[in-house]
Amino acid sequence: MLAQRAASEGPRWTRAVRAPSIPSPWVGRQGNQMLKEKYQEEIDEIISRYPVKRSALIPLLYLAQRDEGFISEAAMKEIAGLLRLTPPQVYETATFYTMLNLKRVGKFHLQVCKSLMCGLAGSDTVIGWVKSKLGIGPGETTSDGLFTLSAVECLAACGTAPMMQVNEDYYERLTEERFDKILADLKQDGTCQLKTGPFMWPEAPTAQ
Amino acid sequence: MPKHELILLKNMMQPGYTGSLQDYERAGGYQALRKVVGKVPPVEVTAMVMKSGLRGRGGAGFPTGVKWGFLPKGYQGPRYLCCNADESEPGTFKDRQLIERDPHQILEGIVLACYAIGAETAYIYIRGEFVLGARILEQAIAEARTAGYIGANILGANITANVWVHRGAGAYICGEETALLESLEGKRGLPRVKPPFPATHGLYNKPTVVNNIETLANLPHIVGRGPEWFASIGSPPKSTGTRVFCVSGHVKGPGNYEVPMGITFRELIYEHAGGMRSDKPLKAFIPGGASAPFLTPSHLDVKLDFESVAAAGSMLGSGGVTVMEEGTDMVWAALRLMEFFYHESCGKCSPCREGSSWLVQTMRRIVAKRGRMEDLETLVDLCKNIEGRTVCAFGDASVAPIMSTLKHWRPEYVALIQQAEAANLIKLEPAGRH
Repeated sequence: MLAQRAASEGPRWTRAVRAPSIPSPWVGRQGNQMLKEKYQEEIDEIISRYPVKRSALIPLLYLAQRDEGFISEAAMKEIAGLLRLTPPQVYETATFYTMLNLKRVGKFHLQVCKSLMCGLAGSDTVIGWVKSKLGIGPGETTSDGLFTLSAVECLAACGTAPMMQVNEDYYERLTEERFDKILADLKQDGTCQLKTGPFMWPEAPTAQ
Repeated sequence: MPKHELILLKNMMQPGYTGSLQDYERAGGYQALRKVVGKVPPVEVTAMVMKSGLRGRGGAGFPTGVKWGFLPKGYQGPRYLCCNADESEPGTFKDRQLIERDPHQILEGIVLACYAIGAETAYIYIRGEFVLGARILEQAIAEARTAGYIGANILGANITANVWVHRGAGAYICGEETALLESLEGKRGLPRVKPPFPATHGLYNKPTVVNNIETLANLPHIVGRGPEWFASIGSPPKSTGTRVFCVSGHVKGPGNYEVPMGITFRELIYEHAGGMRSDKPLKAFIPGGASAPFLTPSHLDVKLDFESVAAAGSMLGSGGVTVMEEGTDMVWAALRLMEFFYHESCGKCSPCREGSSWLVQTMRRIVAKRGRMEDLETLVDLCKNIEGRTVCAFGDASVAPIMSTLKHWRPEYVALIQQAEAANLIKLEPAGRH
């Protein structure tokens, strides 16, 4: 079991050190106006939900991530300007949360849960499948830029383990057959019908 | 079908139930809200909740009515309700089902709570990974707003209740209430020193109540059917009502099961979850999520209520029951959980930040058969220096797996170390080296 264990990335408080460095956060405080031009209405709506602007920080970082696929330095500077924060204030928040990508990831971000509950159901095997079928380990991206693998901690799907999240979708009760189909469908169509809909397990009884 | 009455999962067990506003209203939804808004004074709603004996379903089990009572009386400024849907405790997956299958049940509970505590704004802090859940909630909020259950002047009364969904971004610690508030304010999720408590200085330094989603989902039923009815279910007087237990691990039928509090683990695991998945017997189980110490087969007849589980040396926590069969390596299991806590430590308090990394490295060495006997003392020493010495309960939780496995399965640790000593092929590292 141990041989296949994913190399841990280290605790979350070290993320700020490992993230790409920002030479001088104080330079170009306003940054560009890319997000503002594209999403003016959405940004205003998000900020209007909170009495204090800084609360809109994580939602705006998500917006930047949706736009570019990851959160760039330029986006962080622009968001700082929008919320009247200093770039370090944005940076310190952005580096704390594992779902905010500060580096580019593949088109499909495979996040395999490796916590104990999934471990009991064989999550190491799933990480092994990724290794043998795509040739990548945790933290690596395939050379065509399609897949990135992350071994992550509990995603709240312990009853339907082993599981993985691909971008926004959950795929649960993985078997090798289902896993192969997911990879093939993702490559071909960009999505897969095996993803979980509104969750319920055990399933609701069906009408007689 | 289960023998007892379902409360929270009742609607979604009906064939064809979609969770839409029409379906929920047809099943009797929003009647509790109609019953009280503008008719029953808010203090009486709080009194009802207090009388029902409802206790928080997030982990600590604090009485909900009492928590609401801590809000300063006569305070004129804004107050906030924060709904904790972070569901980050490993082994727990009940909130996800409640949110995605019956969102209006939660929204009705939220508006009832807003009415009772006088909050005009509620934020649902949902874990970032639940993209689908957040979407479903936002859609349900839009439906309820159109129908006049949410927004300004709800149901024609002079009451405002706005509800917003706020997605977290992947951090276990944000399930802790003060870390949740920090995160909601756009900061790193570092827990705050208490006191002051959120009831007086919470979100934006204003009086705030933080309640778990499952707690809030119980409110429409308590208000609708009366606190006496609720208080008669489960194991009164201290643990009333039902709970949704999440069974995972080596059982035939893992999943969410709603049962009255006070049944035994044996009933939950063998009757509801179908028993063990193979002919291997049960070796260990975790009764309440990763933060709860492990229990052994001799604890199977412990009752599922807050006091009984605490008396058995563990805690009911978030209700995530993880079952392990004979043959599971307990040292490995403890290491897996320890790696989780190591990854999730926010880094605020040194005992937890440094200790968790030291614990993981010592454990990894033992599992890799490079350990020595003194390492066991190091483990205990480290655990004791983390426990009770941190700002939040994370420190206590993080040592639970190691302390409890050391207590019940010490021979497994010793066997691994003896193998290391017998092999003695490599030069031993100094004890406790990290």
